[in-house]
Amino acid sequence: MRLEPVEAPTLARRIGYPAAALAATVLVAAALAGIAGGNPLAVLGQIVDGAVGTKFARLETLNRATPLIFTGLAVAVAFRAKLWNIGAEAQLYLGAVATVLIGTQSGLPGPLVIPAMAAGAVVAGALMLLGPTLLKTKLGVDEVVTTLLLNFVVLLFVGYLLEGPMKDPMGMGWPKSPSLPKEARLPRIVEGLRLHWGFGIALICALGVWLVQAKTTLGFEMRAVGLNARAARFAGMPVNAVLAKTALISGGLAALAGFSEVAGLKGNLTADISPGFGYTGIVVAMLALLNPLGVVVSALFVAGIFVGADSMSRSAGVPSYIADILLASALLFMVLALMLSRFRVVRG
Amino acid sequence: MAEILRLDGITKRFGPVLANDGIGFALAEGEVLALLGENGAGKTTLMNILFGHYVADEGSVHVAGRELPPGQPGAALAAGIGMVHQHFTLAENLTVLDNVALGTRPLFSLSSGRRAARARLRQLSQDFGLAVDPSARVADLSVGERQRVEILKALYRDARVLILDEPTAVLTPQEVEALFATIRKAVAKGLAVVFISHKLGEVMAVADRVVILRRGAKVAEMRTAETDRHRLAEAMVGAEIVPPEVPAVTPGEVLFRLGGVSVAGSPGLDDVSLSLRAGTITGIAGVSGNGQRALADLLSGLAVPETGTAELKGAALAAWSPRQAVAQGIARIPEDRHATGTIADFDLTENAMLEDYARPPMSRKGWLDWGRARKRAEAIIEGYDVRCPGPSVPIRLLSGGNMQKLILGRVLEAGPSIILANQPTRGLDIGAVTYVHRQLLAARERGAAVLLISEDLDELRALSDVIHAIHDGKLSPAFARGQVTVKELGLWMAGQGGRDAA
Amino acid sequence: MDITDILLSATFWAAVLRIASPLIFATMGELICERAGVLNLGIEGIMVAGAFAGWIAVYAGLPLWAGVGCAFLTGVCFGLIHGTLTVPFGLSQHVVGIGITMLASAATYFAYRVALPEVSSPPRIEAFQPTGWPILGSQTVLTWAALASVAITAWVLFRTPLGLALRAVGENPAAVEAQGLPVHGLRMGAVAVGSGLMAVGGSFLTLSAFNSFFFDMVNGRGWICIALVVFGAWMPGRALLGALLFAGFDAFQVRLQQTELGAGLPYQLFLAMPYLLSILALILMSRRAEVPGALMVPYNKGER
Repeated sequence: MRLEPVEAPTLARRIGYPAAALAATVLVAAALAGIAGGNPLAVLGQIVDGAVGTKFARLETLNRATPLIFTGLAVAVAFRAKLWNIGAEAQLYLGAVATVLIGTQSGLPGPLVIPAMAAGAVVAGALMLLGPTLLKTKLGVDEVVTTLLLNFVVLLFVGYLLEGPMKDPMGMGWPKSPSLPKEARLPRIVEGLRLHWGFGIALICALGVWLVQAKTTLGFEMRAVGLNARAARFAGMPVNAVLAKTALISGGLAALAGFSEVAGLKGNLTADISPGFGYTGIVVAMLALLNPLGVVVSALFVAGIFVGADSMSRSAGVPSYIADILLASALLFMVLALMLSRFRVVRG
Repeated sequence: MAEILRLDGITKRFGPVLANDGIGFALAEGEVLALLGENGAGKTTLMNILFGHYVADEGSVHVAGRELPPGQPGAALAAGIGMVHQHFTLAENLTVLDNVALGTRPLFSLSSGRRAARARLRQLSQDFGLAVDPSARVADLSVGERQRVEILKALYRDARVLILDEPTAVLTPQEVEALFATIRKAVAKGLAVVFISHKLGEVMAVADRVVILRRGAKVAEMRTAETDRHRLAEAMVGAEIVPPEVPAVTPGEVLFRLGGVSVAGSPGLDDVSLSLRAGTITGIAGVSGNGQRALADLLSGLAVPETGTAELKGAALAAWSPRQAVAQGIARIPEDRHATGTIADFDLTENAMLEDYARPPMSRKGWLDWGRARKRAEAIIEGYDVRCPGPSVPIRLLSGGNMQKLILGRVLEAGPSIILANQPTRGLDIGAVTYVHRQLLAARERGAAVLLISEDLDELRALSDVIHAIHDGKLSPAFARGQVTVKELGLWMAGQGGRDAA
Repeated sequence: MDITDILLSATFWAAVLRIASPLIFATMGELICERAGVLNLGIEGIMVAGAFAGWIAVYAGLPLWAGVGCAFLTGVCFGLIHGTLTVPFGLSQHVVGIGITMLASAATYFAYRVALPEVSSPPRIEAFQPTGWPILGSQTVLTWAALASVAITAWVLFRTPLGLALRAVGENPAAVEAQGLPVHGLRMGAVAVGSGLMAVGGSFLTLSAFNSFFFDMVNGRGWICIALVVFGAWMPGRALLGALLFAGFDAFQVRLQQTELGAGLPYQLFLAMPYLLSILALILMSRRAEVPGALMVPYNKGER
């Protein structure tokens, strides 16, 4: 077989294949539910219901989507420039560490402490990704493997901090950090509703990333480097500097997920603050076709699946890991669908 | 003699493009058939169908009376078809022997049979005059040696039909003679040869019969003994080929000068001195891979001299980068328009602004002005006759010629004083070639200094006021127009120039 | 106990081989994939799936070798998914690899929960026992198999027509196609068999090193194997050396923790050493290794 580019893909082609990918994902879900001994239709219904059925569920989904928007944006920005940042998890944790340190130690007055925490988190995450990026540009070390390995290192480092220097003396022996003071907590968007301003910041970031990509020279450079680094270099673009800037933005965005979870939701840092938000960000970004505004939509979708699957698991007894399988299959189906919408498979 | 190969009614479409339109011909043992046509006429597609890389939409291929199953290179090889591709298909980090033996034994047999393979390869080398060391790594071989390996691959499999796709494009004139000698030896042993080319002289010299393709269709078939170059040319392009007119221009001052420049690399540059004058086209002749890339990189800002001096308009080069080169008025037409000249998935607007997006008026303080960018792209499309649906289609949808015209527009709009034209017509059809030549000559007339790097000696000799040959990173002396014969140039290209005189 | 005591003790060397064995299997698997031109980032998840498949098969009553076979077949299945997406369809090997790792891990955890909904701690099985042979008697027969896999991989790659074709397809697929061999078939086969070996590496954990299945038991070993392939410059022998060196460090640090010197340092530092060493290996080899020419480059007929 051979792949032949489709000159001008029709709308039906461009929408049909991704739609088929989503349908295939639903079929996988139904099959898995059946395997686990549930009624496929009922299980699917319970997932949807658990994600958006009640006001509580909807708020829970929005809360769960917040870190995913950040990590999704981090991955989308990096992948656009073909910088394979698989280390959003590590950047998230370092961002959370910086947030806690500044929030509990800086002694800054009320209105300054939150911006300082956010800035500290961004710097920590940005530097975290700069290292592997420089290894890539200077020495040619593949950043996929280094960012992956560093996830493990950073998680152990956080474990050390929480059992040692950053351990909460009042924590009754649990490995967790002291809680942030009240003025260092992100306020709720609407009083009385359990949704904090982290979500608002995430939306602003999505808009900001979109602006940068669509309207600025840096965005133009990032896209050019991602599509054809050789041509970009020949045309005069500073390819390595563009990758470094991309790394700073991507790492900073991922770190904001940690900031938002600590300052908005949890109030302190534990070693299990992220159930793989960094990795799930890859799925979020790919489902959004790396479009920053699309990331918001796909983060809501992914968060809904997680929240819905948790709720369904409690009532129907089908393991909640069904959500992880769904997302992995959605990712694979979607990359295939995107290719098929641009190429047709021909014989010989 | 017995018929060995017959093609009937071969038709192949790629999307809307009709690449082959009902083409058929036959070939006898011991015969050399030339397949003549300009770039894009469908020669390579036809041979890829014959070899099983592609499956034809219609038509059939018979070898020695038996029909070949479509789409199976393995079947074509077994039937005795041997193909030497224009772009060599060799694994560079493997040895010559490994490349030749690849796929000749059952995959799951337990021994590689290397000893017997080596003996057989040596015998074939001797019989056909194709000297090459079986244990050499292909990466270390010259272009000419690689071609010999390709031919040996076919002979090793007892090929009865040898297909040579544009085999002379990469050779020096002397190597071409050696290749023709090999072809004659092969034919004398009863092989049949298909010689694909767009060069009339070579076709007349080596072929018994010519099949001419134009726009995917067979337009003529004749015996070389009964025709001449003019009739072939007319059949090939539909009109007499007129060489470009080169008006006299008084050379101006030196705009770019290299003095004893060396650059590391394989081969890099070795003690190169070169002057580019205003109103002059300076040609660089050479087999690819002899330092042309290092020279082009130097002028386009990608590399700096390690030793020696480089002067731009009288001043030594400082802070040298592609962006600097563009800012200093150097227009750069890169060797590979797909990989370096354009970004395939960017549209025409974006490709047109690749070099100056960071300056006003394309952007201010980091914010792009898409309105102006689009207008400029439209101006280039208009001014350089780029045939396209509009400025917002991805450039990958354009033909090579139109892609090259957009690049010309991008680099020539600003009226550059120096032009690097690296293989500017490679792979283009005759209309686009003529267009590129006219643009280069017009730039020369308005006082630009042009460096023309090409493998096409006809093109170089027609356009260049001064020619150097390049071999292994070393430059020959400068020869003024008409001062040197093709044969002498060939010796310089092989690194043997000037020996007779010494 | 001081450092020389550690290095001279027989248990240390036994531990080195035990730690190295799963890495050797999986590194050979990855090496085969990459030699054929496919980066297989599914390795981490495939090892998880292999660990589970081998264990559950034995738990269900099959003999130990059948467990290894089940692990291999599980790896082959995931390899075929990976191969289908990356070889004929030419999708990004990075994205697909990460996707396969996610899919294989999630499917494993799901299957575990479905198969054993009630248990709180995973049941044990009767694992491979030390052979007691005069040489390496403290090792199980699977360690021998791991060492054999290196010899077989090296022999196939460098001494047989199949190996020549695999090396060529990872260097320049057009050369393979021009000699009448199936590019996609060779690459798919390499990914399938390579993934099978990765899964066998995972099953070593449940069938030989431990006797039970835990979540997170692979714990980044797959990523370390990718670093080992680079460290070994895509040569089986050198990759084996890398795995042994690496396992040596690992066994050493476990024992160092029990010394006075080690007790003063946070244990997380020791646990982080394998990952840091892998990164160091990548940096050291970055400029030297000769990468297969067509690694991560999909092949589509008629494209140049």
